[in-house]
Amino acid sequence: MQFATTHKAPHARTEQIILFRCSTQIFAISSSSVQEVRSVDTLAGSPMEIVEPSLTKVRHMFRRGEQNLYVVNGAVHFGLRPSPASLILLLRRSRTALLIDGIEKMTTMTRLQALPAAFCHEERVWYRGLTVLDQSVIPVVSPEGFLTADELFLLDALVSRTVVPETATVNEMGLGL
Amino acid sequence: MSKVEQYDARSCVLLRLGERRFALTAEQIAELVAPSRVFRFAHRTTELDGVILRRGRVVPVCDVAERLTGKKLTTRRFYLVATQRRGAGLDWVALPVSGECELITADLTPASESDSPHVSAWLSHDGEVIEVLNLDALMPTQEGHPPLAQSGSPEAHA
Repeated sequence: MQFATTHKAPHARTEQIILFRCSTQIFAISSSSVQEVRSVDTLAGSPMEIVEPSLTKVRHMFRRGEQNLYVVNGAVHFGLRPSPASLILLLRRSRTALLIDGIEKMTTMTRLQALPAAFCHEERVWYRGLTVLDQSVIPVVSPEGFLTADELFLLDALVSRTVVPETATVNEMGLGL
Repeated sequence: MSKVEQYDARSCVLLRLGERRFALTAEQIAELVAPSRVFRFAHRTTELDGVILRRGRVVPVCDVAERLTGKKLTTRRFYLVATQRRGAGLDWVALPVSGECELITADLTPASESDSPHVSAWLSHDGEVIEVLNLDALMPTQEGHPPLAQSGSPEAHA
């Protein structure tokens, strides 16, 4: 006599993610990595402009508390055709603010697959891995992958040589407006 | 794939890239699949087109035709999914091919020092001398681009 097995599948761990758009492409980021989502309009006039020819993805910075936050243009970072950005993701525990075109939706991923080893250049720093949603493959970005320690050092040095205007200070109410 | 050390009868899969045929040893082949949607995302590994989904696995697509024949494939009839050992793991890679593939058994002649790194061995079939490919030399590496032919965690499960 055979008994039906009562194997109980373990609950899959899930992670809340935000799907966002840069240029024509969709990316995902863990929602726990995002502290705030702001409209670019709230940055108008307040951020300090940065011109560093070797780092064209960063054009603006602002101060929050004691920290300089650097605005990374997502499309430029990923080497995509620049497009009009409408939102800024302020990343948690990071000095990066990410300029994106828009948010598609929030959803949940149950599986993160490692980026195949054949991908062997900057994308290994850019992405935590790939996830499959609705039969599409979406890269899941690494919040630490937007600015390296060397790039932050370079930007800090650049800013330290410049007087940061008071308007470039962001508080809880807004980005210096 | 390790270099063939001696004359050896091996099962090989012949693949067609445009006008030319190449071979891979059969133990490297996972499957032959019909072309499916290629998912493309931003990356800097220029040798890769994107990825396909196969049995829930993400498989990078690497078009080696241009490097081997000097011409891009104009038609992709199949993807030959091959395996490649990378450290302790086994990676899959999908190679677009332009025609039918054929499983044969042939005696392999080891490559010589003067052969290109992508040549692991040679075989003779139907009056044609065919290169047996060394995938390691064709796949992208961090050090640089593979040579041209002469003619996680990421967390595994979040």
